[in-house]
Amino acid sequence: MPQVIQVSHLRKVYGKTIAVDDLSLEVNEGEIFGMVGPNGAGKTTTIECVEGLRCPDSGEVRVLDLDPQKQEHSLRLLIGTQLQQTQLPERLKVGEAFDLFASFYPNPDDWMVLLKRLGLQEKKDTFISRLSGGQQQRLSIGLALVNKPKLVFFDELTTGVDPQARHAIWDLVREIQAEGRTVFMTTHLMEEAEKLCDRVAIVDHGNVVAMGSPASLVRKLAPESRVVFTPVKAFDLQVLKKINSVSHVDQDGQKVIVYGRSIAISQPPLISEVVNLLSTQGVTYEDIRMEQPTLEDVFLLLTGRAMRD
Amino acid sequence: MRGFWKLTWVEIKLYFRIPIMAFFTLALPPMLLLLFGSIFGNVPNPAYGGYGTVDVSVPAYSALIICLSALLSLPITLASYRERGTLRRYRATPVSPATVLGAQLVVQFLMTLAGMGLLVLLGKLVYHIRFDGNAWEVLAAFALSCLSFFAVGLLLAGILPSVRLASIVGNVLLYPMIYLSGATIPSQIMPEGVQKFSQFIPLTHVVTFLQGLWRGENWSQHTTEAIILSALLVVCSLAALKAFRWE
Repeated sequence: MPQVIQVSHLRKVYGKTIAVDDLSLEVNEGEIFGMVGPNGAGKTTTIECVEGLRCPDSGEVRVLDLDPQKQEHSLRLLIGTQLQQTQLPERLKVGEAFDLFASFYPNPDDWMVLLKRLGLQEKKDTFISRLSGGQQQRLSIGLALVNKPKLVFFDELTTGVDPQARHAIWDLVREIQAEGRTVFMTTHLMEEAEKLCDRVAIVDHGNVVAMGSPASLVRKLAPESRVVFTPVKAFDLQVLKKINSVSHVDQDGQKVIVYGRSIAISQPPLISEVVNLLSTQGVTYEDIRMEQPTLEDVFLLLTGRAMRD
Repeated sequence: MRGFWKLTWVEIKLYFRIPIMAFFTLALPPMLLLLFGSIFGNVPNPAYGGYGTVDVSVPAYSALIICLSALLSLPITLASYRERGTLRRYRATPVSPATVLGAQLVVQFLMTLAGMGLLVLLGKLVYHIRFDGNAWEVLAAFALSCLSFFAVGLLLAGILPSVRLASIVGNVLLYPMIYLSGATIPSQIMPEGVQKFSQFIPLTHVVTFLQGLWRGENWSQHTTEAIILSALLVVCSLAALKAFRWE
């Protein structure tokens, strides 16, 4: 599959802060690629170097076979950009914003159609400042699509957006991909990355610490499942260790959490082993459930649980 | 080019949607003209070389409008676009900085021109003002004054990091200038010391320039003003070019 973005050994320093250090990644054509990481990990700096908005201190960036620094203008015509925390004049109307941005490109899309697709057609004459958070984000997605770009950048697309609007935006991003465009995005929501991205790069301290599809990262890096239940009466937790695949057992208030691996397909799932054991031991319980590891577990495993900022 | 005209048109609409600046450039000066016109009338006054208060006020207030547009409207608008990230968003499109700044300058110029137009219209209709100059020469001097003052405004927009600071510095520069330059209070009634000091205020030269051409003098009699304003234009434009930041 052809690559649309190649970043190698990217480095960017602000004063004494090293924002990005020796970061390398590739994005394939047609995929939704996500960069995830804690605040200050270097996601925005990286995406802005790729967009050509920032000049890397060293390293190489190629986007659609162009150099974002030397061929910035050509690149601008081919890519669509949604930036974090940028606002248009508050007294600008939605339709005017589309009309304006369409006039910046030689061959723009029909923005009235775009407006309809985004569910903003009734907001055409509304001031941008009167839009809800979700509508504002849809507007910024729309403006990023007005030049029919091959490659679209989204930086923290759903920050400050309620869950309903978030799901609508995810659907929109999937549609954008289905039209054959490549999406390069950053997010700090693990759920978003897991549901939306074909591949993710986990970034921490300006570096890629893991890269791959969310499922493969989970399989590789956080293979432990959890069984959580609440026993009616206290019992000796050590008996759970009799199960071979159990690695350790934790207690959280009334709740018991059993950690274990069940990777092999031949092996019974952890939950059935736990249920069997509890019934042979005569332990009664309620609310038993199995929790699969998620990208968030991988993320916390790699970046730690310490507070940032 | 299509982007430039669209942006200019959008900026004109925005200018009237947040009408604070429109008030200063289009409403306040005519109100001042009517106020002082009703107090002093427009009878010929030897202190003004035989012209009336309104006759000399129209070019003076035009200088006032230039100053308001250049030191408040222009830098505050640009600073707010930078603060909100609007400039950054434009930067992510193919439009050049020249397009973004050019549109803003065209709008400020048109509004300043409209402000002067209103003063002239009002003066003609209500006070039958005397105009002995050449309209083209006046317009050329007006344009030069606008350009050099707008260059100051662009420089302010470049070096002042926030809207707050832009409006504080703009006002601090503005008030002494408009009161000491003769743009609001005729310099003829000021003490001699103040008149001498006011020679160091750029706006004084705009007032002198416009009032002189208004009375029928020509550019060759105002080379000092033309040179000072041109120098201001060149120096501040170059500095503004260096100071400009998208974010």
